[in-house]
Amino acid sequence: MAAVFRALADPARRRLLDTLRARNGQTLKELSQGHDMTRQAVTKHLVILEEANLVTTQWSGREKLHYLNPVPIQEISDRWISKYERSRLRSLADLKRHLEGHDEEKT
Amino acid sequence: MSAEKFVYVIYIRTTPEKLWEALTSPALAQSYWCGCRIESVWEAGSPWRLMIPDGRVGDAGVIVEIDKPRRLVLRWRNEFIPEMRAEGVSRCTWELEPAGDMVKLTITHESDKTGSKLIQSVSTGWPVILSSLKSLLETGDALEATKQWPKGV
Repeated sequence: MAAVFRALADPARRRLLDTLRARNGQTLKELSQGHDMTRQAVTKHLVILEEANLVTTQWSGREKLHYLNPVPIQEISDRWISKYERSRLRSLADLKRHLEGHDEEKT
Repeated sequence: MSAEKFVYVIYIRTTPEKLWEALTSPALAQSYWCGCRIESVWEAGSPWRLMIPDGRVGDAGVIVEIDKPRRLVLRWRNEFIPEMRAEGVSRCTWELEPAGDMVKLTITHESDKTGSKLIQSVSTGWPVILSSLKSLLETGDALEATKQWPKGV
């Protein structure tokens, strides 16, 4: 669980996860193009995300594709949020998104 | 390549045999799969189905490949939501690999239909089910939220 928090602590890594959420199954090349980072920097971040199990990879022919894996975040949610609180929290999160008028985090 | 696909991985402290049993036993599946029973004779070419507690068939298909306790490939069609049923057959692969004292379970679910509602729907469903499956195998008890079918669905 510490690896998940460490991985999520970095805004560049959160942006990589956002990119995969928008379109799953991207290559390193595609991920590097979408971000203002060198391919080496993206590789370094992807290793940390993979170690935290937030990103999984699969080979498709000669291409290594990266997929968002939200399962560790689900485990965190299961640990601290009971089933009774879940729907209420979702409503509050929806309200916040609605009032702030955006879908993505700004930072 | 599939139009829509996700790849989920979870590490569970158990053995491949116990995990395989939990995935294929109707009685065990009930506790982490919202009260649903998974039914099949578990042979290549045979049908499988996921029964909702009220008697409806939730999802169903045919077993494409089975290699106990390592790999299972299912043809998978939603049966109870007309819009998703109309999308036709998707494909779900379960892979179990020993990883130290744990087992790495990889669930891949893919569809050739661009913008597949089924893939969208199962992509939010699987994390909850997998997390509860892990809880069941590691603590002997599944998560409360997955013990019963949600009201009104």
